[in-house]
This record gives sequence, structure tokens and C-alpha cells, in this order.
Amino acid sequence: MSRRVKWKQNGFSLGLQWLIPVFIVVVWQWFGSLGWISNRVLPTPLSTLEAGVKLIRNGELFGYIGDSTRRALIGFAIGGSIGFVLGFLNGIVSLSEKLTDTSIQMIRNIPHLALIPLVIAWFGIGEEAKIFLVALGVAFPVYLNTHHGIRSVDPALIEMGRTYGLKGFALFRSIILPGALPAILVGIRFALGIMWITLIVAETISSDSGIGYMAMNAREFMQLDVVVLSILLYALLGKLSDWLAKLMERSWLKWHPQYR
Amino acid sequence: MASPIPISDDIEVPRSERPGHVRQRAGEATQAVESEGQAGSEAAGSGGTTTSEAKKSDGTSASEAVESKVQAASEGLAIEVEGGLVQFGQQTVLRGLSVSVKPNQFLAIVGRSGCGKSTLLRLIAGLEKPAEGTVAFDGTATTGLRSDVRIMFQDARLLPWKSVLDNVRIGAPGGDRSKALEALELVGLADRASEWPAVLSGGQRQRVALARALAGSPRLLLFDEPLGALDALTRIEMQELIERLWQERRFTAVIVTHDVSEAVALADRVVLVEDGIISLDVDIALSRPRDKDTGFAYYEKAILDRVMTRSMDGTAAKDGYSI
Repeated sequence: MSRRVKWKQNGFSLGLQWLIPVFIVVVWQWFGSLGWISNRVLPTPLSTLEAGVKLIRNGELFGYIGDSTRRALIGFAIGGSIGFVLGFLNGIVSLSEKLTDTSIQMIRNIPHLALIPLVIAWFGIGEEAKIFLVALGVAFPVYLNTHHGIRSVDPALIEMGRTYGLKGFALFRSIILPGALPAILVGIRFALGIMWITLIVAETISSDSGIGYMAMNAREFMQLDVVVLSILLYALLGKLSDWLAKLMERSWLKWHPQYR
Repeated sequence: MASPIPISDDIEVPRSERPGHVRQRAGEATQAVESEGQAGSEAAGSGGTTTSEAKKSDGTSASEAVESKVQAASEGLAIEVEGGLVQFGQQTVLRGLSVSVKPNQFLAIVGRSGCGKSTLLRLIAGLEKPAEGTVAFDGTATTGLRSDVRIMFQDARLLPWKSVLDNVRIGAPGGDRSKALEALELVGLADRASEWPAVLSGGQRQRVALARALAGSPRLLLFDEPLGALDALTRIEMQELIERLWQERRFTAVIVTHDVSEAVALADRVVLVEDGIISLDVDIALSRPRDKDTGFAYYEKAILDRVMTRSMDGTAAKDGYSI
């Protein structure tokens, strides 16, 4: 396949992916400017864009996005590591699984957003509260998928590795981890979604900065364009993290026929 | 709940001295082959002379041909299984089985499914521990896995996330690249080195697995029905490849197969495992390369009849098996 043809195909598929979002925005703008949708119910994309430009000018927007992203990433790093380590340990050491799995399953089934009142009582409305909630939300999908991934590594391959003298860390690095990686990456994709959802809710209820705070603050002053802007931002950030997860899959799972 | 993955296990890995050993032996290659052939014929007994005669001339010329490329003239291991008893829970799979294999011999183990032939192979490989009895190599008792013993399974067991070359490097001492490439050349797949295993055919995957096993110049190579999943033509090709490499590289080979014809085509000696003991032991006195002539058919029929009827002579009954 020549490079030009491939590029054309990529461009075509990119166009297909964005066809529906673009179509909705165009129709929305059209209905809004015709007056079919009241500006007090749903501001048009253009006025939302204007609000965005205004907020960029006074420097608030990027500050808020930065705050939210930082919380999201710190929470993700903490929760993801805990989930990974627990999933890995419980996948390999049966004593550890017997010891912790029941507790983990119980905690997992508590809706973590229901903990918000308790979390506010513990941490106030500072950074810790939101990071705690994000970490809690992220840990479980990573835990479950890592655990499952490690359990589903083909025992025949592990036996093969042992006959070639692989053990301990070498066995983990060359057989168990790559074998579990597809499942782990599925967990990470789930976790990235949960990360944003948790953060939105946490910021909306209790915060003094971030995108969620911006939306709640704007509601107080009936600035619906800013509210819509923050909702759109969440959608775009969600798409961005999903794209990153896909990129990870493409580069780490090159060997996998499904990801080629 | 599934059992946890054993991440560490006791493995004997005396990897250190191998290359030196090989180099030291390289000079004596031809001599070693010849004396080996004679020793084989003496012990083989009835009608064994023709085999070893043929093998001798064949083996020498073949090893000369490849000597420039491969330093392969290591000595095969002698295997001695003494009263091996293996149980899985309540079930006894091997009942005090004894067998000895001479260095550089090609032994085929045949038998019906479930007779314990694969267990015997895994016992020799160190993957199963005997409840009673011993396994000894070159006269010293051994347990566990060893780096000079390699096993090939029915499925290739390549790591899908490593390229063909990196898969072979697992078998090369210290992950040596050039050794791995050399082994790939032996099986004729050097040009596929950078590809993923997923794009290879079943036969090619098995050849990569063979290269991986050969990369560490093993002294004993065990085959657990390595050709069972291949189509008939690929199978013949693989049999020829295995026979050729066995002649060139001088290792002891043990193949488990349910295909009697395959056993006769490859092996110096065929043993039949029935109910956990060896009930038939035949030397195949045919010259190599083997044609499917009347001699071949004679052995094939004799062994097959024995497998199917199990009442021709009293060997099995003497050892007290029951159905």
C-alpha cells in the first residue's frame, strides 16, 4: 500500500469518526440562531465559544483545566498503582488473594461517590478529597483487570519459560506481564473514564477551582454558556484520554493481531 | 479458584560451562561419532549392524558438511530411569518404569493415549517428580530442570509478544543474538527473524520452537508429540529436519508419538508404554535416510499389531498389569 493511499484512508476514517459530533454542533448552532432553541435553555456553540475565548483571555480557563487535569492524573497514578500492585499480588500469591479479595470486593461495591459526605468531613474540600475519590474510583477497574490478566496468562507459556530457566522477575517481565498487558490496558481505559466522571462530580459538589467549580460558579450567575463550555470540555478531555489509551494499546500490543 | 502461578521454582541452571565444553569437544567430533556408532551396534544386538554402519557413514558426512557453520559436536546425555513411579492424586501413571537410553540414541516412545508416555517424557525432563525411583543422566541422579535438556511440546509455545528472533533468544545462553540467528538458520527461517509468531504457519512455528530448543546446544532433546498438530506434508518435512539435525548436532533424542510410522521413521529404538510400564522394546535396524520399504513396513506392522492386541507375548503380563 502506498503512503498516499494509506494517508487518504486514515483521513477518511478520521472524517467518519468526527462526522456525527460535527453534524450535531452544526444543527445545534443552526437551531439556536433560528431561535428554535432559547439561549436561556441552551446557548449556541458560537456563544459558548465566545465565553471560552473570554475565559482564555482572563487566564481562568487554562488555570481551571490545569487544576482538574493535575487532580485527575495524581488520583489516577495513586489509584492505578494500588490497583495494579494488588491485582498483581493477588494474581500470583494465593495467600494474598485469600487475605484481601473479600475486603476488596466489599469496598468495590460501595458507590464511591456516595462517600462524598464522609470524604468532605475527613479532608474538607481541599485537594486531598478529590484525589482520594479519583484514586478510589480508578483502583478497582485496574485491580480487576490486572488480576484477571495475570490469571489468564497461558500456563503452557509459563511452563515453557520455566523449562528455559526463567524464574522470578525474568519470568514476570518476559511472560507474565506481557501476557496480562491486554487485560491491564482494558482496565486502564475503563479507569480513565471513571477518573473524569469522579472528578466532575467531586468538583461540582465541593471545590474552589477546576472545571467542575467553574460550571457550578457559572450556574450561580446563570452563565449558561460557561456551563455548556465546561460540559464540552469534559467531553473533549474524555476523548483525549481515550485516544491516549488507544495509542498505548497500539504501541504495546503491536504483536496482537487484534490491535494491528 | 485457580491455583496461583508458581513464579519461582527450583531449577538447576548450570549454564556456565556449556560453550567451553562444546569447543573442547569439537575437535574429536568424527572420532566420537564413530566410536558411538560401534558402541550402538554392539549393544543393539540382533540385526543392529546394518543400522549403525549406515548411520556412521551418514552421520560423519553430514557433520563434516556443517562443521564450518555449527560447532555442534557435543555428546548426547545417557538417560537412566530406574523404577520411576509417578502418581497424580490417587491415580498411578507410571508403575516403577525403568528404561535406559544410550548417548546419541534416538528413542521413540509409543503407546495409546493415557498410557503414561507423555508423563515419562516429563519425568525425564524434570517437569514431574517421581514418588519413587530415580532419573539419572550420565550416571548421576538428577531432579528438576536442566539447561542441557530441552523439551519441545505439541504446541510451539512461542511468546506472541516477542519477534521470532527474540523467541529463539530465550533458548540461547545469555540471550545471545548470533547463536539464536544460527539456530534459525538451521531450521531455515533466518529470513523471518523479525516477524511476529502470529504470521507464521503451524509448521513454521514448530520450526522456530525447534530452533529455540537447539540454540542452547542441548545434550538431550525431548519431543512431546511435536508434529501431532501438523498436516501430513509438513509433518514429513519436519521429520526429515529433526532427523537431519539430530545427525548433525549429536544429541540424545526422545520422541513421544502416537504415530507408529513416525516412530519407525525417526528412531533407533522404539519402546511401547502400556499401563505405566514398558511392554515392548524394539531396535529398528533400518538404514538412514529411511524409505518406506518392506523393512519399514515390517517394523511398523509388528509394533502396531502389538499396540492393538497387547497379547502377542507375555512381556506385559509378566509385569503384572491388568486392564
